[in-house]
Amino acid sequence: MNAIMVRELTRRFGRFTAVDAISVDVAAGEVFGFLGANGAGKTTAIKMLIGLLAPSSGSARVAGYDVLTQSDAVRRNIGYMSQRFSLYDDLSTRENISLYGGIYGLRDAEIRTRGDELLQHLGMEPIADALVGTLPLGWKQKLAFSVALLHRPAVVFLDEPTGGVDPVTRRQFWEMIYAAAARGTTVFVTTHYMDEAEYCDRLSIMVDGRIAAMGTPAALKAEFGVASIDEVFVRLARPATAAAGG
Amino acid sequence: MRALRVLLRKEFLQIFRNPALVRMLFLIPVVQLLVLSNAATFEVQRARMYVVDQDRSTVSRGVSDRLAASGRFVPAGASGSVAAGQEALMRRNVELIVVIPSGFERDVVRTRRAAIQLLLNAEDGATAGVTAAYAREILARYARELPGVSARAPAPARIEVRTRGWYNAELDYRHYMVPGILVQLVTIVGTLLTAMNIVREKEAGTLDQLNVTPVSRGTFIAAKLLPLWTIALAVLGIGLTVAHLVFGVPMRGSLPLIFLAAGLYLVAALGIGLWISSVTETQQQAMFVNFSILMVYLLMSGLFTPVSAMPEWAQRVAEFNPMMHFITLMRNVMLKGAGLADVARQLLILGAAGAVVLTVAVRQYHKRAG
Amino acid sequence: MPQPTRRHALGAFVVKELRHILRDRQTLTILLLLPLAQVVLFGFAIRTDVNDIRLAVVDPAPDDATRSLRDRFTGTDRFRVVASAPSAERLEPLFRRGEVDVALVFAPGFSRALATGAAAPLQLITDASNPNTGSTMQTYASAVIAAWQRERVTRAPASGAGGSVVIDPQVRMLFNPTLESVNLFVPGLIALVLTLVSAQMTAISLSREKERGTMEILLVSPLRPWQIIVGKVAPYLLLAFANVLTALAAAWLVFAVPFRGSLVLLLASSTLYTLVGLALGTLIAARTGSQLTAMTASMMGTMLPSTLLSGMIFPIASLPLPLQLVSHVVPARWFIVVVRGIMLKGAGLAHLWQELAVLTLMLAVLMVAAIRSFKPRLA
Repeated sequence: MNAIMVRELTRRFGRFTAVDAISVDVAAGEVFGFLGANGAGKTTAIKMLIGLLAPSSGSARVAGYDVLTQSDAVRRNIGYMSQRFSLYDDLSTRENISLYGGIYGLRDAEIRTRGDELLQHLGMEPIADALVGTLPLGWKQKLAFSVALLHRPAVVFLDEPTGGVDPVTRRQFWEMIYAAAARGTTVFVTTHYMDEAEYCDRLSIMVDGRIAAMGTPAALKAEFGVASIDEVFVRLARPATAAAGG
Repeated sequence: MRALRVLLRKEFLQIFRNPALVRMLFLIPVVQLLVLSNAATFEVQRARMYVVDQDRSTVSRGVSDRLAASGRFVPAGASGSVAAGQEALMRRNVELIVVIPSGFERDVVRTRRAAIQLLLNAEDGATAGVTAAYAREILARYARELPGVSARAPAPARIEVRTRGWYNAELDYRHYMVPGILVQLVTIVGTLLTAMNIVREKEAGTLDQLNVTPVSRGTFIAAKLLPLWTIALAVLGIGLTVAHLVFGVPMRGSLPLIFLAAGLYLVAALGIGLWISSVTETQQQAMFVNFSILMVYLLMSGLFTPVSAMPEWAQRVAEFNPMMHFITLMRNVMLKGAGLADVARQLLILGAAGAVVLTVAVRQYHKRAG
Repeated sequence: MPQPTRRHALGAFVVKELRHILRDRQTLTILLLLPLAQVVLFGFAIRTDVNDIRLAVVDPAPDDATRSLRDRFTGTDRFRVVASAPSAERLEPLFRRGEVDVALVFAPGFSRALATGAAAPLQLITDASNPNTGSTMQTYASAVIAAWQRERVTRAPASGAGGSVVIDPQVRMLFNPTLESVNLFVPGLIALVLTLVSAQMTAISLSREKERGTMEILLVSPLRPWQIIVGKVAPYLLLAFANVLTALAAAWLVFAVPFRGSLVLLLASSTLYTLVGLALGTLIAARTGSQLTAMTASMMGTMLPSTLLSGMIFPIASLPLPLQLVSHVVPARWFIVVVRGIMLKGAGLAHLWQELAVLTLMLAVLMVAAIRSFKPRLA
């Protein structure tokens, strides 16, 4: 059974269709890249999958549960890292960990062990009690990702996780993503960095609310006869800009 | 349950780590209490009067002497010209002009009836009305003492009126105002801060993060409301202490009764804050909506102006104002020693209001939009 | 060469800010409707007169005399008999529950004493928890009793026509003949709404930019600090203007609040006052760190003093001396005098120049302070 199954998912705002009948399948343990330009509808789509927005039509199943009718079960089995960094700036790292651990129903002992593991892994033990707001952006991103994985969810959704981060940190971040995938976690990541697309197992490209292309990076490059996903994207986006008179 | 526990811990940590918020919660109520209770009074001090005596007789002089001797009127000018008096009034040097026309004494002696003109600056209608009433009373008393034509038997029917004012022997207006002001403080903490607190998370994006977790709506709301509920009660306690120590406001009723009522009232107040947070997107909006609503509530609560002075329809609308009932309850308990039976009606209304408001607010709050 | 660019930039900036506000429909609607709601509220609902006094009567031996006095009370439209009690003790719970304001207690020997010419004992109990209304009610009640007594005297002359003198005070209430509370409040609430829009909203809006960090972007742009400030506050100036007109229109149409002076002078004064508020809001935003702090500071520094210490509701003369002194630095105090003067008295520049001068001085001081506070950010 696929970790994520999306069928004809649609979202309209008045007369504007932000997400237009998209269908996606993501297997368990896959690293799936959800690409598209800003405004293409990526964030709207992800919000529907994680239960923050109701679809206008269509359906989706995440971790085996229907997002509309079984939203509680979905929530228990997913992790989320939002575009705007959303751990609490005025709590320390340790406090954020015990907060989310408690929310996801982990026992105190589990919280402690996993928290220690996390801190050790990130090398953050010495600053575990510093307020998160004082940390540099790269640390915050890595921390947010780790906390999203704290309760070992089946699927984790990452919305533009590497925005504004230096290349070294970005590299480390993707290593963390691979490690999670290797453990069996499905990673659904949106990004507009086309070079990061190469790191994904499979990817899709959204243009104006529709999925314009989907497949492995290699397959897509071959299909369009280009050397990089960047080029694929430009090819796809150009008809859209031509229509807009650009 | 565990989720509630960790969320509560987070809320308290966040509140007490925010110095601006702590100041707002504890320092400002005290300052407000001190300033408000001293400022909010309608007591009419002495009025400055301008005497235009065109009669210059013994009786006319007696009038102005009597007014001055009452202690309520201060002579602040005199002449024979009304125009001069009006100019003084226009310049706000006096509050009223007493015009005694020529022929005054003659009328008193001959017909036993004479007229005097009182011109008051009624920009402030309330004060003017009271001032006029004082003047009338003083003049009436003076008139009674003037010898009548027949000095035979004194007036046979005499009523000896003993007047007693209950509940405020010191006639301290602040005793009356302070209970109401305490309600206002508690309301600000409850409604305004609840709304701002939740909307702040909305603005920062952490609210989305929480909405994605399996935390139920009820748990989330409880975690947001409980801390401020307890803090508001604590603020009430501090306010009561200050009121008693600094202003000597009596506490003739039962303290637990007050806290019971406060607890019920706060459910409604917090519910309103919750509702506001669900219909606004930014802190600026939340603050603005809060102020607008609170202003209306305040004005119709009997804090500054008595509810009984409002027209019928307004009084009926005021019945739906939980603040009004709580203020009435506070005054009755603190100043008059009212007991549980006396305030049962208010308690029931507060409880019902809390239940209704909270239900509506919870329904309004959705984890999932659209 | 750079001058036209800057001016153009400022224009674009103002337009952008205006769009910002217009897009916030919710706030906009409330902002424009609020004065309306307030005028209606103040006008219809808020009264300070004591009109409906609930009376309880304790009359152990009712007869002609007591009934006549009692009827005298109900004859006025101020008093309303809501309860009768057999004894004074039974009055307690009625007062405690706030069901009764005044009680008239006849002693058993009342009528007999009246007839024989001895002093007839009568007790008048008032709920003085609100000492102000308490004494007012007392005064009214005493007046009723005195009038009744006078009538008894003239009606039953024991020995010849003993007429006491009657002095007839003709009272004229200048500027507000009907003692309408609304005439008193409308000027005050214009001040209140202007304060809310100019000081409070500006403080929050500017501090939000600071908090978000977008202020730094602005500071780095070709716009100079004063232009940024002007651009940010100009829309609120327009809003404030709209508010004054709405409030005035409502007051005039619905309540026939008089307008005896010059509209131009009023609008000019309102603009001046709004500018003072804007400067104050800017200063607060420059000095505070977060929106929450800005809100708190502006509440303490503008809203509270404007309502309490400005003479808007409570007369300044009633304030204790230290607060009276403080009220001198509250801009609203001066503005309210101006508005009341123009609306109710038809006063002109000649009578109001002092107040306007004070406001102008305040504006200058605040503007300098506000601009100074923004400069260090560039350094």
